[in-house]
Amino acid sequence: MSPLDRKLLRDLAHLWGQMTAVALVVTCGVGMFVTLRSMHRYLQKTQAGYYEQYRFAEVFAQLKRAPLPVASRIAALPEVAAAEPRIVMDVLLDVPGLPEPATGRLVSIPRDRRPALNDLHLRRGRWIAGRDEALVSEAFARANRLEIGDTVGAVIHGRWQRLRIVGLALSPEYIYEIRGAGDVFPDNHRFGVIWMAYGDLAAAFDLEGAFNDLVLTLAPGASESAVLGRLDRELARYGGVGAYGREDHVSHRFVSDEIAETRVTSVVIPAIFLGVTAFLLHIVMSRLVATQRDQIAVLKAFGYSDSAVGGHFLKLALAPALAGAAAGSAVGLWFAVGLARVYARFYQFPVLRYEPEPGIVGLAVLIGGGAALFGAWDAARRAMALPPAEAMRPEAPARFHKGWLERLAGPGLASPETRILLRNLERRPWKSLLSVLGVALAGAIVVLGWYAFDAIQYMKNVQFRAVQREDVTVVLREPSSSAVRHALAGLPGVLRVEPFRMVAARLRNGHRSYRTTLQGIDPRGELRRVVDRGFRRHDLPPDGVLLTARLAERLDVRPGDRLTVEVLEGARPVREVMVAGVADEMIGMSAYLELGDLNRLMREGGTVSGAWLAVDPPARDDLYARLKRLPAVAGVGVREAALRGFESTIAESFRLSISTLIGFACVISFGVIYNGARIALSERGRELASLRILGFSRAEVASMLLGEQALLTLAALPLGASLGFAVCALLAFRFESDLFRLPLAVSAQTYLYAFLTVAASALASGLAVRRRLDRLDLVEVLKTRE
Amino acid sequence: MATAVREREAIPAAAPAGEPVFRARGLAKTYRMGEVEVPALQAVDLDLAAGEFVVLLGPSGSGKSTLLNILGGLDAPTSGSVRFLDHELTRADEEELTRYRREHVGFVFQFYNLIPSLTARENVELVTELSERPMDPAEALRLVGLGERLDHFPAQLSGGEQQRVAIARAVAKRPDVLLCDEPTGALDFETGKLVLEVLERVNRELGTTTVIITHNAAIAGMADRVLRLRSGRIVEERRNAARAAPADLEW
Repeated sequence: MSPLDRKLLRDLAHLWGQMTAVALVVTCGVGMFVTLRSMHRYLQKTQAGYYEQYRFAEVFAQLKRAPLPVASRIAALPEVAAAEPRIVMDVLLDVPGLPEPATGRLVSIPRDRRPALNDLHLRRGRWIAGRDEALVSEAFARANRLEIGDTVGAVIHGRWQRLRIVGLALSPEYIYEIRGAGDVFPDNHRFGVIWMAYGDLAAAFDLEGAFNDLVLTLAPGASESAVLGRLDRELARYGGVGAYGREDHVSHRFVSDEIAETRVTSVVIPAIFLGVTAFLLHIVMSRLVATQRDQIAVLKAFGYSDSAVGGHFLKLALAPALAGAAAGSAVGLWFAVGLARVYARFYQFPVLRYEPEPGIVGLAVLIGGGAALFGAWDAARRAMALPPAEAMRPEAPARFHKGWLERLAGPGLASPETRILLRNLERRPWKSLLSVLGVALAGAIVVLGWYAFDAIQYMKNVQFRAVQREDVTVVLREPSSSAVRHALAGLPGVLRVEPFRMVAARLRNGHRSYRTTLQGIDPRGELRRVVDRGFRRHDLPPDGVLLTARLAERLDVRPGDRLTVEVLEGARPVREVMVAGVADEMIGMSAYLELGDLNRLMREGGTVSGAWLAVDPPARDDLYARLKRLPAVAGVGVREAALRGFESTIAESFRLSISTLIGFACVISFGVIYNGARIALSERGRELASLRILGFSRAEVASMLLGEQALLTLAALPLGASLGFAVCALLAFRFESDLFRLPLAVSAQTYLYAFLTVAASALASGLAVRRRLDRLDLVEVLKTRE
Repeated sequence: MATAVREREAIPAAAPAGEPVFRARGLAKTYRMGEVEVPALQAVDLDLAAGEFVVLLGPSGSGKSTLLNILGGLDAPTSGSVRFLDHELTRADEEELTRYRREHVGFVFQFYNLIPSLTARENVELVTELSERPMDPAEALRLVGLGERLDHFPAQLSGGEQQRVAIARAVAKRPDVLLCDEPTGALDFETGKLVLEVLERVNRELGTTTVIITHNAAIAGMADRVLRLRSGRIVEERRNAARAAPADLEW
């Protein structure tokens, strides 16, 4: 080992506190990078492989009923590679152990072969063979503890039937297993996909020789939009509700959004950490070069080249960065396994084994090392440029002046201690500013971490307290006369019934269009309201349609503009409506009208699609039991159950990642503040020792040094809060998708936690520095020049 | 703060001229340098009288700085005792030593040790603030010939001027004893003499007991008494019949 390298090791040991802080910050940044990058690659590869191997369709169309030859005709089109006609129906399920009814989506599959498209991955059991045999989605089975051989009861076309589970399966169509747009998080207890033989379903739903769902893949080079238009025309007379591509497929959309998201966060969050790393190393190395001027001079005087000296300092900076990168890679790979497990709860992929990619670790080490070199470059350059003769002399004494801060403080406040403090801050305004920024950044990351909790809490409150106020939602199999409300009111425990109408429609403004559901709501209703991200309630306008902000953007319309509504059901009327308002709702791309207006638009009497019910709690189970067996009911939603599902899935799954982020934020916070205090101690140790000799007590001297740190920290608090809010806003903006938007709701508690974290870091750093200050060797200081 | 200090005051004020201020007996100090023990002081007995001007001479490593540091309450002896007036310094804890330095000792160092962010006047104020009966800082600076440079920062002063600010800072609180460690060590001949003149004047006009350590034997001429140290022991003690004026010193 060369003597220079031995010096390097000794210097590292001497600076171990600061070097550890740097290494920890690198560990966090690299750990985040490796975790998120791994997840990005893992999801991307898994999705692509899954789609390919299981022949995921590219175009989807639902309709009322069409004879099978229609499907054959479509399949024969030159633009179409393959087509699979199916029967898809939602039914109520009676699941053992679940009081409320669950919704089962019955999807037909051939009994004697694998589906041409959207093939299933058979996880356990066997393919269907006999009558009323069913494959059940694995997540639904797991959530409800269903085993092969168990049966679930279902009301199929008015007939009570028992379905026997022969296998557990996954489908590329339901990687994210939710009912449809409007739902954000999966509820595997109450929604599940069940695959049954085409023959069984055709017989049960009177669809023999017919289909009500068509999926297809495109021939190479075919235009998707052309095929969508063709399909809409072909299927219109069979009650087609509009074909759509993968872009609008709910499961695909969620998975793809998540993949895009991991890509962005895998860059943004590590960048913050590595920026802080560079900042810390810049400060530490600059100080080191300043204190080792004489050593640099000696090295150069004895013939070490400039590049050897510069390289020495760069190596010194690389050491903690590479150590941190190694630790971060290990931590990152370990977290990736945990995160893969979280993803497995949300995304039903057949391959769940996550395999680490060595390339990512290599990249992480490069980035960590790069940040270190970037941070240390300036100091190393200065060490290289220092002529030996000049380096022998001490650095010129620092120049001070009376600055504006001091005038601001006024003569009353300006004790010598205050003046020392203010002039030190003002002598190097950039350094002071950078320190403030560093601490503020740390605070901002803490805010960001807690904000994720806030956002989820806020969403929960808006969705389950303000928007959804019903106890039970009943969706009818067919639109019915409004007289059905009396029948519903007569069910056990029902206190209030508010009917609604849902109609599939395509909204069009010029060349822009969007397929969604028109929701007709009782304007005087109590059980369901339109509430925006700001918790404001929007009254339904008497004339015209109220759009969610995202939908209005997509269609490029503002209140007062007119829209074309192409209804995709019944008589399929095409009408002009006015955009009467825009509500910044969190979930979905919805269009609301008054119930009566929607009925008029449809040229129908008082027709309803379902109703929201308020229910007397003691009678709840009786009501559920009755609903499970009502043939007219296609779906039942229970708010309490959905809320419980939300809490168990979301809270548990996000806890890991959010806690990690908060933990990392604490590391940054401590790293920045501790380093700042240590550097200040190193720069002013001699001055403080002089003050001690002059008769200032330990406490007085400590307050002079730590007062400066406290002032910087104090200045950083409001900046950190604003910066934190800005980062949250950025995140909320980034997370905005057609499916849901994140509320920009940062709670006072979050700011408080950020303040406390920063204050605790400052306090811990203060104590650590105070301990060193107490051990300051007064005699030694007098023997040395600055 | 000042009131609190006064209430806890344990050491009485200055002694009349000629009375003993310091009484050290059997002082020894051994430093441990890893495996080896290095004796810095061995069996030193020393009395210092009020108002006396003493020069400690000796080569580096002779123990003179160690002795000064023990007298100034910066260091504790391994054995032996030091009495300052009625107070036993060797039994004092850190807090009492701080109070002792604050109230009774003025220090002047080889490298001045001024606070770079404070002007000359403010550097002096730093100390007068802690003191019960201080001089006016401006008066202290006039005493050292810097009445015109009150508002200059250390970086704007020459080495000699900085050292004179350090002296003004040391004497402004009217200490009982002024301890100077190589006060001219970093200065050229002319400037060094100027600083010595200031020290002589302070001793003469204020009657402050003054101890200077130096390896420059020529300075010995201006002292009442000269002690020569070698290898941790006082090897020679000499009284000057008359103190030479600093201006007449040559080296």
